[in-house]
Amino acid sequence: MSALQRAVSDLRLTRAVYEAIRAHGEETYPHECCGALLGNSVQGSSWRIVAAVRAGNTRTDSAHNRYQISPAELVKIEREARRDGLSIAGFYHSHPDHPAQWSQTDFAEAHWLGCSYVITAVDLGKATVTNSFLLAGTTEEDKRFEPQKIEVVETDEPTRASSGARLESKEA
Amino acid sequence: MKIFIPTPLRVYAAGKDTLEVNAATVSGALDELTRTFPDLRKHLFTGEGKLRAFVNVYLNDEDVRYLPQKEATAVSAADTLSIIPSIAGGTGRPGGTGRPGEGAFGAAVKIRPKCLIHIEE
Repeated sequence: MSALQRAVSDLRLTRAVYEAIRAHGEETYPHECCGALLGNSVQGSSWRIVAAVRAGNTRTDSAHNRYQISPAELVKIEREARRDGLSIAGFYHSHPDHPAQWSQTDFAEAHWLGCSYVITAVDLGKATVTNSFLLAGTTEEDKRFEPQKIEVVETDEPTRASSGARLESKEA
Repeated sequence: MKIFIPTPLRVYAAGKDTLEVNAATVSGALDELTRTFPDLRKHLFTGEGKLRAFVNVYLNDEDVRYLPQKEATAVSAADTLSIIPSIAGGTGRPGGTGRPGEGAFGAAVKIRPKCLIHIEE
């Protein structure tokens, strides 16, 4: 069964990706950052994220509490990912001075079922908690966010995974 | 032409990320896509047959909604059609100022760390 067919409980990130998305949130503070997570589904496991791609936040009218990625930019990100044999596996954004929990806005605007939504709280310009939520369900009507464990590995080599740090995110 | 299927919809398309179709228009291409994979229809279209508001369709680099002929636009074999659900969100907090150190209603925000890190040898 692939990651596309079942509820994924883990999200594996390389340390470089993990640090990059947190740094992005610090750089754009007090505005929200956003970007896409690229990777592959792993048989018997879950998404393995090997790259994070920064995207512009088009909500310049309210960037401190909103983000949006231009569909045109997403098309380009998806096209380049495809060339590299990768898929868009999820997205990340920051919550400046706000907990790393999904908001009603996040939920209402979430449409990538089976994908991960990673949120980093940035408190006073410093990245604190990073959590991930799987958009589970099969339709817009029954979709829901489920907390995921974030596993940070030093490289994207599966054999090295056990030597990495494991970070567990918890629900509020 | 090629239709690129986004990650969340591949489960309804036999796991495929691309479908090659023969069509004369954007609409015809989408029809062939949903004829091939009928389960995709409800994810792409409303009950009235209109594209769902959060579903973006790009003909090469152009948003079909903004093309003069929209879904009736003619396509060729060399074209690509990308289906991209929208992505947006945010704290949505009321009263947030965006000033450093101020959360909702301008109150100072304290965040309790919630991460446990275990280093496995």
